[in-house]
Amino acid sequence: MTTAVADAHEHHGPEKGIKRWLFTTNHKDIGTMYLIFSLIMFFAGGAMALVIRSELMTPGLQFVHPEFFNQMTTMHALIMVFGAVMPAFVGLANWMIPMMIGAPDMALPRMNNWSFWILPVAFGILLSTLLMPGGAPASGWTMYPPIVLQTGVAFPFLIFSILLMGLSSIMGAINIIVTILNMRAPDMWLLKMPMFVWTWLITAYLLIAVMPVFAGAVTMLLTDQFFGTSFFLAAGGGDPVMFQHIFWFFGHPEVYIMILPAFGVVSEIIPTFSRKPLFGHDSMVYAASSIAFLSFIVWAHHMFTVGMPLSGQMFFMFATMLIAVPTGVKVFNWIATMWRGAMTFETPMLFSLGFVFLFTIGGFSGVMLAIAPADIQYHDSYFVVAHFHYVLVPGSIFALMAGAYYWLPKWTGHMYNETAGKLHFWMSTIFVNLTFFPMHFLGLAGMPRRIPDYSTQFADFNWMASVGAIGFGLSQLIFVYVLLTSKKGEKATDRVWEAPRGLEWTVPSPAPYHTFDTPPVKRVSEEAFE
Amino acid sequence: MNDHQSKISNRALTARLLLFAVGMFAFGFLVLPPLYDVFCDITGFGGRTNATAVTATERPDETRTIRIEFVTTVNEYAPWSFAADVDSMQVHPGKMYFATFSATNRSDQSLTSQAVPSVSPVSANEHFKKIECFCFTSQEFAANETRTLPLQFIVDPDLPEYVDTITLSYTLFKTENSYVSRTR
Ligand code: HEM
Ligand SMILES: [Cu+2]
Repeated sequence: MTTAVADAHEHHGPEKGIKRWLFTTNHKDIGTMYLIFSLIMFFAGGAMALVIRSELMTPGLQFVHPEFFNQMTTMHALIMVFGAVMPAFVGLANWMIPMMIGAPDMALPRMNNWSFWILPVAFGILLSTLLMPGGAPASGWTMYPPIVLQTGVAFPFLIFSILLMGLSSIMGAINIIVTILNMRAPDMWLLKMPMFVWTWLITAYLLIAVMPVFAGAVTMLLTDQFFGTSFFLAAGGGDPVMFQHIFWFFGHPEVYIMILPAFGVVSEIIPTFSRKPLFGHDSMVYAASSIAFLSFIVWAHHMFTVGMPLSGQMFFMFATMLIAVPTGVKVFNWIATMWRGAMTFETPMLFSLGFVFLFTIGGFSGVMLAIAPADIQYHDSYFVVAHFHYVLVPGSIFALMAGAYYWLPKWTGHMYNETAGKLHFWMSTIFVNLTFFPMHFLGLAGMPRRIPDYSTQFADFNWMASVGAIGFGLSQLIFVYVLLTSKKGEKATDRVWEAPRGLEWTVPSPAPYHTFDTPPVKRVSEEAFE
Repeated sequence: MNDHQSKISNRALTARLLLFAVGMFAFGFLVLPPLYDVFCDITGFGGRTNATAVTATERPDETRTIRIEFVTTVNEYAPWSFAADVDSMQVHPGKMYFATFSATNRSDQSLTSQAVPSVSPVSANEHFKKIECFCFTSQEFAANETRTLPLQFIVDPDLPEYVDTITLSYTLFKTENSYVSRTR
């Protein structure tokens, strides 16, 4: 492993051409690559979502075979979770954490290069399964045995790509922890760290704790298929339900891996545009830590229907509901931050407000799902689909958009097109609700998830959802337009916004290739947090 | 970096975190599966019932009658017919009973089957004791052979008061090799 000082002393700019990107150890370059990669994956996964929604627009089978439909739901989820949301947050972490804590770079720059470049390989492998005989995996992203073992030629490629993604995340997480713990500016005490840095520190620990367990689970699938073990095969003395336990032991913390950094992003943005410090900074830290802790003891709320004893159902039901408490603390703190603030509504703030409002709807449906007796009806229905899309799309994705707009002027040195940004926000918000709100009703009325056809009584709401999905997909092209024109706007000042807090606003815009080669002096840090 | 902060070097901290990751992999891959097995065996969660013969002494309790229901399933598209000869029985706790099941190999090849039992409700698991069961070993079937499969069981008189029905379910699997790998 290299140390931080390795190339901090060489003051050359970036190399020219492709080599710059292949061999870069610069946190800004790597951050940019992560962000662009995740945007590409976002559109790839989005295209698959549109295949799903086109098929579901009207009852009956029209465009695709049911087998291919299942491949689409599986690949859509895997790509969005592991290819879009997670790498995007790692990209933001790479760009912003060193600048927020006054460090010259990430602590382990060479490992940083590796953790990025593993990703295109992993997703190249995963996407190539679409062309294999038998097609891509079609078991759902949860990969439950025995059905996942019926995957054709693609099976070992699926497992291998998952292992690579896990490796990349673990390496990224280690790097982030070492950077945060070892590279802070002299007077950046832990409890003084910006919320985004805090939430990422907690997320990184979650990643190291659960990604290896997930790797273990898929490795067991692999050995069951090829090496004669029976971890999950009932005939050989194993138990398929054990996979569900191990998967969700990873899976539930995983959903918080996708939302905690989002909490961090909006906790940076709301104070800036409310012109007030974040309300209850320390309570936010404790709330995020309790969420992280609780996320380890609620996994079986995904399994209320497997046949659990009453005591188990009760435990997981109440533990799950308990998570709503720290989550509520966060939501109240954001609202309290805005309370009597001098608020303005630039695009990052709009996305953050959309986040607070719509994520909370997802939280509410989550609490409904946590009620074990009710979940027996809701489970595997479109209600679950509505729930997790509310927490992930207007949740994680909106926070990512908010962060991108917020820091974009710092990255490019120019203000983006505010009109286009606002249009992007309003179109996304209208269409995201049009897409996912009707799914609540579909689920309550009994429409199962992961089916290519449905009974005609569900036709109207499905049609609405499909129209919404197409609209949402097209709205994202506005974001691409904003990015393509992002260097055309007026020059950004160093502080960019009127009252931002944090060290990243003390460096020039665009941020030079190397920042904080020497740690910021106390005065600078104090002014940055005024 | 700065001495008032963490005293651990980047290298040492990285090594610790890597060790943590490796440890979690080992936990998931090596510790959890056996732990799960032990946990289920002790608690009876997951419908566990005894996988090898047990002995029991008869001490009949004629005042209680329990209904035993049999459920049979053939896994996936395996070429069997498989059914219990009676759908249910009324039994007294502490008394030994026999039941029989019939299975037919409907294919033209010899096959090996393995029946996997499951008992419900969970609170009855440890009290439903199989003295002899065709599920203890795998069964060879010649092409088109029909066989009667025996079960001998006893319901422990300590069965909780509120249990009046026990469901015993068997799923029949086709296995290439016999009942190996892990024990249940
Ligand atoms: C108040 C907080 C939350 C509660 C109480 C909650 C509760 C639940 C429950 C009980 C289920 C299982 C439903 C079923 O399958 O029958 C579920 C599913 C799910 N939740 Fe949440 N949840 C919460 C927040 C979140 C967050 C923040 C995320 C992600 C950012 C998330 C993502 C998911 C996903 C992806 C699934 C479905 C997984 C699948 O089956 O494919 N949830 N949630
Ligand atoms: Cu969960």
